[in-house]
Parts: sequence; structure tokens; C-alpha cells
Amino acid sequence: MARIVLISLSFLFVTLVIAVPVAAVFHRAFSEGVATYVANILDEETLLAIRLTVLTALIVLPLNVIFGVAAAWLIARYRFFGRRALLIIIEAPFAISPIVAGLCFLLVYGAYGPVGGALAPYGMQLMFNLTGIVLVSLFVTCPFVVRELLPVLMVTGEDEEKAAITLGANGWHLFRFVILPNISWALVYGVVLTAARAMGEFGAVSVVAGSIRGETMTLPLQIELLYNDYNATGAFAAATVLTALALLTLVLRGILNRFGPKKGHV
Amino acid sequence: MVSLTRTAPRVLPGFSLSLGVTVLFVTLIILLPLSGLMWQLAQLSPGDYLKVMTSRRVLVALKVTLSAAALATLVNAVFGLLLAWALVRYRFAGRGLLDALVDIPFALPTAVAGIALVALYDKSGWIGGMLADLDIKIAYTWWGIVIAMVFTSVPFAVRAIQPAIEELDPDEEAAALTLGANGVQRFTRVILRPLLPSILTGVVLSFVRSLGEFGAVIFIAGNLPFKTEIASLLILIRLDEFDYPAAAAIAGTLLGLSLLLLIVVNLVQARLYRYLRTEG
Repeated sequence: MARIVLISLSFLFVTLVIAVPVAAVFHRAFSEGVATYVANILDEETLLAIRLTVLTALIVLPLNVIFGVAAAWLIARYRFFGRRALLIIIEAPFAISPIVAGLCFLLVYGAYGPVGGALAPYGMQLMFNLTGIVLVSLFVTCPFVVRELLPVLMVTGEDEEKAAITLGANGWHLFRFVILPNISWALVYGVVLTAARAMGEFGAVSVVAGSIRGETMTLPLQIELLYNDYNATGAFAAATVLTALALLTLVLRGILNRFGPKKGHV
Repeated sequence: MVSLTRTAPRVLPGFSLSLGVTVLFVTLIILLPLSGLMWQLAQLSPGDYLKVMTSRRVLVALKVTLSAAALATLVNAVFGLLLAWALVRYRFAGRGLLDALVDIPFALPTAVAGIALVALYDKSGWIGGMLADLDIKIAYTWWGIVIAMVFTSVPFAVRAIQPAIEELDPDEEAAALTLGANGVQRFTRVILRPLLPSILTGVVLSFVRSLGEFGAVIFIAGNLPFKTEIASLLILIRLDEFDYPAAAAIAGTLLGLSLLLLIVVNLVQARLYRYLRTEG
């Protein structure tokens, strides 16, 4: 009895609170027909927004992978002063609200901030352009790769790595043939999460993007712009692209969970 | 959390390279921006800070944000426990689907979450239309803010409580039952008590997330000053007015509150575990 009630309540809650809103996005996007939907997606500004969003992710991903591998390797393999503090600092972006994060960047890298102000005389501007969007995206996504790699590195491979070094492998060979095969699944997982978040970030990006039409509008910002322009159907159409991306992320995650090696979460 | 107790003598190469990359990245992307906020705050005199924070608009925005976050967190604590329980204890058709749906708010960009909730709750939406007939309005009111916060933070509660239920011993519940405990006793003493630390974590994570939530909220909030304006939006408005000190004061307060809650929950957690262990 309790079982049936609890399961039904769970489904009712998740359906009403989570599933129905997602369905409503698609319903509204197609409410004026498929032709309007296609026209909305192919709208010039929306396409530019998609382009900028993908470009941002393509810049953020490699930087974050380099950082994530380096930081996870450092924390997993070496003991040094400040190791615990480093881990807490790397996790901090998860606890900081997006608007506060955006503000922090503006205060330092903006034209009135110490770094932005110092660069301004040389004609370099870091905020209200692609650089600014990339910087805050790096901030909001930086814990993902480290978080996935660290548990895997903690449980695997140190002996293999030492053996490889003793047998004369250089650093690159060690990474390419010993470390990378061990962490590849976790790395893919981290990359998927990073990509999804980088393309979907709204609050932090909205602070530093400057909202220049057709120039610094990422897809999430474009959704807000269309919505405020009373083009709700266009906004919902743009939203379906990001929704599809989110659902794809979940599917990829499910596949990685099922077919990848069991994760070494401690 | 990952255990950090392994020792490694430095035979492995790459220490200075990985240290260099990590320190450079952490400094430029995390530490420098955060110290920018601290620096801006340090330039405010206590009087200026109080003047910003006690203006009526800021106070109302804080009240709206805190009260909505509190109610959303309460809802998430109840349904988070319920969902986690159903997912761990029962095997039923659609369990995998339920599990996947719980993660949607994690994966869905917040702006999409916001616009999705509007699609559902405004007067032309499925639920909003029905409620309009009953003269109930959710979109563009305080209740809309609560719903947006529930949506974005419910996975935090579920995923924080789930592992603790997995560790509960069903035998103890059976024992309590045979020893004559009634339903309420069994629930509070045998089930709820050992879950308290993880429920607390879920509650704090959910509350902190709700405090800072922006994208999901602003679409459905209506954003009327003195009525449905959240603190994060007020920061953005002050920024647009180039009132950096005021923006920093509100942001610093939000950040300080979030960090304080996270630190306190960690401390309480350690004590709670010790207490439960000595009691058990």
C-alpha cells in the first residue's frame, strides 16, 4: 500500500514539476506550425547565437581539459602545502551564484577593474565580448573535469605509472599510453558535462556579454531577448535547441554509465 | 568527497608542469575575480554598506528571495526524501525513467527552465490556464519564484539523500516492527534519524542554489520592484546603473550567506555523525 502511494506520488511530482514544463516548451515552439518553427530556427540572429554558443564551447573545452587533467593529476599524485585548500577553491564555482560570478569578473577584468584598466590603454578589452563570455564560462565549468578525473586517478594506476617511468618512458609516453587509457571514460564524461554547461550558462554570461544584438548574444541570451521582444514562439523555438542538447547530455551520460567501466567514486 | 590520504613520493614527472598550469588557471579564473569582489567590498565603509543593505528595495528583494528559497527548500526536502526513497527501495516499471527525469533540472540550461515554466504557468499555459479559471495566478507572482526554485534545486535534495538510504539497513526496520514499534515511531527513529545528516546536506545545497538562482526565476517572477524582484536581479540592475559598490554589497552578502551555510553544515555534519554513532 505504502509502496504504491509513494511511487505514484513520485511520478506525479516529477511529471508535474519537471516533465510537463519541458513538454510545454516543444508544444509552444510548434504552436504556429512546423514552417514557423523552421523559420524561427533559421532566423539570422538565432543562427548567429548558435554559432557563438558553439564557438564558446569549443574554446572552453580544450582549456578546461588541460586544466582539469593537470589539477587532477597534481591533487591525486603529489602531496604539497595547500592541497586541500586547492580542492576547495576548485569546487567553489559550484557554490557561487551566476550573477555574483559575473560581477566578480566585471570588477577585475572590466574597464574600471585593475586588470581591465591596465589593459585598456593598449586597446585591449576583456569584457562585453567573446573573451568575457569565455572567461566566465571557464569559471562556471572548471570543477567538472577535475571532479570526474580525481576519483579515477585516486584508485588507479600509480604502480603502472612508476613502472613505465622506471622502464624509461618519458612524460608524454606516460600520459599517452598509461594515464590516458585509464582516465579516458571519466574524461569523456567530464567533457560532456562541461560542454552542456558552457552552452547553457545564462546568468554569469548575461553580466559580461553586454547584450550586443547579433554579436555577443549566446543562445540562452537570445532566448531572453526574443521573449522580451514579444516573439515568444521564436524564444520557445530557440529553447528547443538547448532542451534537445540537455536531453542528449542525459542520454550520453546514461550510455557512459552503462557501457563505461564502473566509476571509482569513493 | 575524495579521500586525500594517499602518499606519493615524487618519482612521477610533471609536478612543476601540472602545478604551473593549475596555479595559473586557478589564479586567473577563480582567485582574481573573487578577490575583485573582496577588494570592492573593502572599499565600502560599514556605514555605506548598511545604507545599501537597509534600503527598502534591497530589504524587500532579500525577503522575497529568502522566503521563496525557504519554501522551495521545504518542498524539496519532503519530495526529495520521497523520491530518493522510491528510487532506492522499490523496483517498478519506469524507475529508470524517473531516475533520468530527476536529473533534467541539472542538465537543462536555467534560461530554458525559466521559459518552460512560463510556458506552463502563464495564462495561455496548460496549468496556468486551468488555474486562471479558478482565479489563481502563479506566473509573475511570488509563487512563480518558488516553483522555479523547486525546479532547479530538487535534484540536489534527491541526490544528497539517495546514498544515505542505500546504506540504511532494512533489517533494523523489520526488527523495530517485530519489537512493536508503530508506523510513526519506525519512521522517525529508525528511518529519519540516520538520514538526518544527508537530509541536512540536501536542504542546505538546495537552499544555497535557490538563493543564487537567476535564469529560471526571472522569466516567471515578473520582476516588479518591491514585489517580485529577487536579490540577484537587483545586483544586475545596480550594475547597469554603474553603482558597483551597491552591486558588490548585495553580492557579497549573498556570497557570504551561502558560504557560511556551507561551512556550518559541514561542521554540524561532523557532530551529528559522532552523536548518531555514540547513540547507536
